[in-house]
Amino acid sequence: MSLSIADVEKVARLARLAMTEQEIQTAQMQLSNIFGLIAEMQAVDTTGIEPMSHSQDLSQRLREDVVSETNQREAFQAISPQIEAGLYLVPQVIE
Amino acid sequence: MSDFLNSSLRQLGDALRTKKISSVELTQNYLLRISKYNQDVNAFITLNPDLSLAQARAADARLTAGNAEALTGIPIAQKDIFCAKGWLTTCGSKMLHNFVSPYDAHVISQFNNAGAINLGKTNMDEFAMGSSNETSHYGPVKNPWDLARVPGGSSGGTAAAVAARLCAAATGTDTGGSIRQPAALCGISGLKPTYGVVSRYGMIAFASSLDQAGPMGRSAEDLALLLNTMAGFDERDSTSLQREKEDYARDLNKPLNGLRIGLPKEFFAEGLDNDVAQAVEAAITEYKKLGATVVDISLPNSKLSVPVYYVLAPAEASSNLSRFDGVRYGYRAPEYTDLADMYEKSRAQGFGAEVKRRIMIGTYVLSHGYYDAYYLQAQKIRRLIGQDFTEAYKQCDVIMGPTAPSTAFKLGEKGDDPVQMYLSDIYTIAVNLAGLPGMSIPCGFGANNMPVGLQIIGNYFDEARMLNVAHQYQQATDWHTRAPTL
Repeated sequence: MSLSIADVEKVARLARLAMTEQEIQTAQMQLSNIFGLIAEMQAVDTTGIEPMSHSQDLSQRLREDVVSETNQREAFQAISPQIEAGLYLVPQVIE
Repeated sequence: MSDFLNSSLRQLGDALRTKKISSVELTQNYLLRISKYNQDVNAFITLNPDLSLAQARAADARLTAGNAEALTGIPIAQKDIFCAKGWLTTCGSKMLHNFVSPYDAHVISQFNNAGAINLGKTNMDEFAMGSSNETSHYGPVKNPWDLARVPGGSSGGTAAAVAARLCAAATGTDTGGSIRQPAALCGISGLKPTYGVVSRYGMIAFASSLDQAGPMGRSAEDLALLLNTMAGFDERDSTSLQREKEDYARDLNKPLNGLRIGLPKEFFAEGLDNDVAQAVEAAITEYKKLGATVVDISLPNSKLSVPVYYVLAPAEASSNLSRFDGVRYGYRAPEYTDLADMYEKSRAQGFGAEVKRRIMIGTYVLSHGYYDAYYLQAQKIRRLIGQDFTEAYKQCDVIMGPTAPSTAFKLGEKGDDPVQMYLSDIYTIAVNLAGLPGMSIPCGFGANNMPVGLQIIGNYFDEARMLNVAHQYQQATDWHTRAPTL
């Protein structure tokens, strides 16, 4: 199967990846090859087979609803690209 | 010092406890060796001698006080996927080029508590996505057996560092073969445990339902000691398994009489290089001499493991890597117009080509209208692949075959064709999909004198038996003691 240029542009937008026209074209070719490999799956009859999301088929463990973490704001914000007064700075979203 | 380069971890521990050498001396000697050879091999991304030597001094104090453990004072290299407090932790990506971790991964704290020395952070494919180490933002790792060839991936820096004797042992992670394939290509031993045995806390996530950390070293005996430290329940990983603590070295010396080895016909079919097949067959012959019997088995759905993997792993990756947005940590583009532009440019500039490719595959297969055809279908076939192994283990105790279809290929050889690269993991991926433990041990040399790996696949929680099977082979052969000349 092959993906169209429009498919690749849509996926890049959904994935929040800025791409040049040249990159879109290369990606279209490479992704189409990869989906050619993936297509081998489609011929398999999986009627009645339960999907397997976890090898041990365990249910998720729950923990007590208690405070488990201490406040480490300064340590965590020390590695941030831009902060001010304990807040992360991003471009203005609301006028 | 050169005596210690080929010592087992047990011998090193004895030498440290009897003061034949101090941890500071041992650490300094490895750092010196790294400063001499790393420029050729590029196995390490980050060294921090101050932190390493501070740990070594603390280990020496502990050794003197007489409360040392098996790994106290031993320099271990850590794959750069494990967050280590105060250490630059890049995951091989420009996205994390400035990420000094504020916390320790579970695996790192286990080694710290054992008194081991963090010798440095090893190079890897970006976000563990690759089979040749060529996707690292920090340059490719070179195979110490031939610097024109790849070490495999994604734990290629670890494999090269162990093979080149730049550390006593090291850690890796394996999502589709990332411990076993580089171990095979570099001629060392590596073990991917049963999914859930080692905590994923603080291990930067690629495909969470497949990712598993494990030890890489020069022998099965070393791997057992490392796994004793790495394994164990951790409530901070929701998929960590609550099991009794076990001693993975307990069965090392058991004889192999009566061991039933399953040989999947699919692993010896078209696509396997002759030199690899010959070395693996010779290893099977050796096992027969050790008392094992051979059973022909079939894993009929294993041929689907590559397509299934390239749906499931990218899907999980596209979700896991959505956290990298240039807001809280990591790379942010220098120029942007608004918030969406900041996300798109930071991610476009911070991620390399292979990572972007996998994010796009994952985004596509999870997008509206495609979920059933791709993701759900892949999860159903995943169960079929798992059932193949369940059937096989009714007839055998362990499964053996090649780890990789060829020995190490040349740098750049598969660069332009992602599909060819993906096929490097054709024998390893099914094991991750099933969640089974798998290992690779050196079993000879192929064309151009490059190492060949024998893959040993065990049933769930059979790590101690697999280590026994590997150790007995290593008592009868000396492939695992061979070292490249640098």
